[in-house]
Amino acid sequence: MPVITYREAVRHALAEELERDPNVVVMGEEVAQFNGAYKVTEGLLARFGPQRIVDTPISEAGFIGVGIGASMLGIRPVMELMFWSFYSVAFDQILNNAANVRYMSGGQIHCPIVIRGPANGGTNVGATHSHTPENVLANHPGVKVVVPSTPADAKGLLKSAIRDNDPVFFLENTMLYGEKGEVPAGEHVVPLGLADVKRAGTDLTIVTYGRSVLHSLAAAEVLEREHKISTEVLDLRTIRPLDFDSVLKSVAKTHRVLIVEEQKPFASVGSQLAYMIQREAFDELDGPIHRLATVDAPAIYSPPVEVEQLPNPRRVLQAALETLA
Amino acid sequence: MSKKPTAKEATTTAAIDHAQAPVNARLTPEERIELFRKMVRIRRFEERSLRAYQAKKIGGFLHLYIGQEAVAVGCCSLMGPHDHVITAYRDHGHAIAVGMDTKPLMAELYGKATGCSKGKGGSMHYFDPSRNFWGGHGIVGGQIPLGAGLAYALKYKGLKGAAMAFMGDGAVNQGAVHEAYNLASLWNLPVVFVIENNGYSMGTSQARSSAGELAQRAAGYDMQWGQCNGHDVYEVRAMMDKFLTLARETGKPSTVEIDTYRYRGHSVADPDNTYRSKQEIEEYRRTRDPIQLFQDKLLAEGVLTPALAEQIDTEARAEADVAADFSEASPFPTPADIQTDVYWEADNPSERRSQGRLFFT
Ligand SMILES: Cc1ncc(C[n+]2csc(CCOP(=O)(O)OP(=O)(O)O)c2C)c(N)n1
Ligand SMILES: [Mg+2]
Repeated sequence: MPVITYREAVRHALAEELERDPNVVVMGEEVAQFNGAYKVTEGLLARFGPQRIVDTPISEAGFIGVGIGASMLGIRPVMELMFWSFYSVAFDQILNNAANVRYMSGGQIHCPIVIRGPANGGTNVGATHSHTPENVLANHPGVKVVVPSTPADAKGLLKSAIRDNDPVFFLENTMLYGEKGEVPAGEHVVPLGLADVKRAGTDLTIVTYGRSVLHSLAAAEVLEREHKISTEVLDLRTIRPLDFDSVLKSVAKTHRVLIVEEQKPFASVGSQLAYMIQREAFDELDGPIHRLATVDAPAIYSPPVEVEQLPNPRRVLQAALETLA
Repeated sequence: MSKKPTAKEATTTAAIDHAQAPVNARLTPEERIELFRKMVRIRRFEERSLRAYQAKKIGGFLHLYIGQEAVAVGCCSLMGPHDHVITAYRDHGHAIAVGMDTKPLMAELYGKATGCSKGKGGSMHYFDPSRNFWGGHGIVGGQIPLGAGLAYALKYKGLKGAAMAFMGDGAVNQGAVHEAYNLASLWNLPVVFVIENNGYSMGTSQARSSAGELAQRAAGYDMQWGQCNGHDVYEVRAMMDKFLTLARETGKPSTVEIDTYRYRGHSVADPDNTYRSKQEIEEYRRTRDPIQLFQDKLLAEGVLTPALAEQIDTEARAEADVAADFSEASPFPTPADIQTDVYWEADNPSERRSQGRLFFT
């Protein structure tokens, strides 16, 4: 199986879907001539031309609104946000218009739009550029939220997202763009709403997603080697829809749960998970659910300290040991 | 602060006879009567809805269009098969103008399952994609980028049509509107941005909210623009025909500011006694009522007789009553309906590809 980067995996998904469906359009700041701010869309302009790969002005509310309007008439725009952090200037378009228009029209309209881009901290760009809005997005019924951690998942999930008839928000990670992994060539589709056991174990379940999956896997290694603890790492891959059956299955196996998320703790994805686990698997739990999140402050710039603000293997290890204590 | 008089009122209304514009000259008597009938139907529908509101049959807001009827009717009467409409929350007039049945419109106000949005949208959120009507939007200015997006889709598909994106005079100060202007002009999108200038955004007059002329801002985006009197349905049609043709033929966007006036408060919650005088409202009703003016024109043209005008009015009142009776008799949605029409996939389970939970408790 070919080994490619996460960045290339996203690009392959885009190219294959552009090839498959003439209504797919890639749109965003610097996606065409500049080859993408993070080079995700490199080469697509040369291959598909300016009708399909469209550079926009720095005008997120405007161009995302245009994409939503076009999607109501059957275009399938894949919009790139240079950073998901910039969603705030297009909040009304994303979370009033795309999220609500189907409902308010009594089901007469649907918006097959994808908005994608990186949503992560860890790159020393300060608070304005380090937002992780998956909880905010998923708080809006009507939308879907995807958070791939590996190249194969990035490709397979993006292909599903583009074919989906609901608005899908696809959250990538600049720290993952260079990560390599095996990715099937050609048609490789991962359904939304299907979690994946990235490592099987019996003593502890770590429920996580995105880059925190990598930290959790690293910590699981150490737990096995140095503490003889067998850890199951469950990668949600999609926040909404949520594969909660897989969470329940893992909890029934290990009876101990740690949630790891690159999220501010208040009303986070983990908060929702913890509520659901205690509600639906109370009798399976041998101890309180623990949660490791981003340290609760705006993203700090200082490079060595930002590492400590976010989940990292050392913090995951410590949280795992506390969960089992 | 009274409504700001604009220069064009003096220059355009008297000087040109818009009935002679080709788009109006070619209207058959039946078509002229239909324009009149639509305006009357909108007015009677809204008066009936106001009574229903006062009888506590309707919740939330109710933004009445009374006084502005010639704008929606004039604009929408020009629609071809690939022309589309999107507007803000003052949307009853546009909905009737594009041809929606008044029964589901009234039922929507009553919050009934038979409403055009199944009772899920309410007064501000009417939709009918089958008639190229894309709402009905509650956030001031938020619908304008969507309007540009409809035009984008037309262009992408190579269809010869135009989108009309309606907004109020207050909406022109929203950033999203300006972003849409820029994109539409930059990309040559076939959209006509229509500013329905009724002089006030809620209780704030144009003079207290907007610097400079409203339509003229389009010039900053290298867009053509025009202003016209919206009390004369012929003039609305003449002006809009020009810009819709521009959009359809050349793909170029434009901005049209249509001078109009609302007789009622901003919404039914507005006591309407803080920001304009009763005399001002009376003056408009007396001298510039779009329905009265058009009725006078059609009588003079010999197209309409007093008896026919009377009959149209009686029918419009009866239609509004029928719509209210229909709404009254219709069922409310059930609590089980709360979670339908949220996701396309949930509503089409046989075609669902995703897995997992879509809804949470
Ligand atoms: C973003 C936003 N801000 C404020 C409001 C509340 N609001 C609703 S309508 C309105 C006035 C808008 O006036 P205008 O654009 O002139 O339209 P008109 O009501 O005259 O048709 C205001 C302030 C809103 N709905 N959305
Ligand atoms: Mg106004």
